[in-house]
Amino acid sequence: MKLYNGGKIITGLVIFLGVFLAPFAYNMGKAAYSQPKLKMPENEKECIESKEFMRTKHMQLLNDWRDWSLRDGKWVYVNSKGKEFEMSLQKTCMKCHTNKAEFCDKCHNDAAVTPYCWDCHIQPEGLKK
Amino acid sequence: MNHTRRNFLKFMGVAAAGLCAASAGSALAVSGAGSSIKDSATAVNAKRWGMVIDTKKCGTKEAIDVLAKACHSVHNVPNIPGNQNVMWIWAAGYEQAFDQPNNYMDESVEKRQFALLCNHCTNAPCVRVCPTQATYKRPDGIVAMDYHRCIGCRYCMAGCPFGARSFNFMEPRKHLDLTTLNKEFPTRMRGVVEKCNFCVERLAYGKQPACAEASNGAVVFGDLTDANSEVRKLLREHYTIRRKPALGTEPGVYYII
Repeated sequence: MKLYNGGKIITGLVIFLGVFLAPFAYNMGKAAYSQPKLKMPENEKECIESKEFMRTKHMQLLNDWRDWSLRDGKWVYVNSKGKEFEMSLQKTCMKCHTNKAEFCDKCHNDAAVTPYCWDCHIQPEGLKK
Repeated sequence: MNHTRRNFLKFMGVAAAGLCAASAGSALAVSGAGSSIKDSATAVNAKRWGMVIDTKKCGTKEAIDVLAKACHSVHNVPNIPGNQNVMWIWAAGYEQAFDQPNNYMDESVEKRQFALLCNHCTNAPCVRVCPTQATYKRPDGIVAMDYHRCIGCRYCMAGCPFGARSFNFMEPRKHLDLTTLNKEFPTRMRGVVEKCNFCVERLAYGKQPACAEASNGAVVFGDLTDANSEVRKLLREHYTIRRKPALGTEPGVYYII
């Protein structure tokens, strides 16, 4: 087999790999990503569903809650253990998670997501001018 | 095995199918297993909510401002000076409120102010024109809004013949007293339309609408389909009119003149 223009191709590949792998080289030796430490509610140990469920699916849960309460007029959520909760971000979630900055924002900032909940909903800390 | 194009394509096809099946499987496995939803225990329900406003008892700007204050503080409605204000309930004269004012009208009616709000029409034009179904009709007759979905196109404002809808031309929080907000209800954001919601969030817990509560009995709220309800009693005993009945939207707010 003969490689036509071999020199150019190999140089190109080396440059490409160099650029492609630069971020890995840059981060070499730095501490691995660690999940942010959240300020958990003091009086309540169990959330609406399991920790794993809440961690991965809280956005779907909030979407469902919105549609069930606003559109279907059902305001009570019965969780998998039979416990009842009012479906409300401000009246249920934020009653335990009393600090948006120490809870919501930590992970959202880390994950570089900007949910627009707080454009309308009022955070438990209150609003400042 | 020969490395032929045919084998390569077969392999890729199988791999793609496998990926699709795997992601579909994980997408199906959502939802809080074993959870359910139900009505709030204290909820009050109706087939068709309606309102009767006794304009003889509540017919001045001052009296209506009391209702507006009650409503607007519960729902975090801003007060914006100028012509871009947001209003859920407001006062207006006979001519603005109803079709075809008569000549030489009774002076008390001519000078009376009427509390105007969303009529929660049976055939609501705003619901029909909303392209995102942000405005929708609930089975109990309330025309409700899901502000998450509103894209601010303002078709509903063009569609509503009663002017019951307000657009948030600017960030409403700039015109709210942030220290006295009702923390149980959200505000709105710039670029959405808003209006009276017949206090769905209060009905869900058995409370009367804020304006009815603040009116000393001048505003009565109840089920129009229930012949024994307070609203039906008032409708039987008094002559009432509705706003712009000729349009056929079937408003749910009645005025005792």
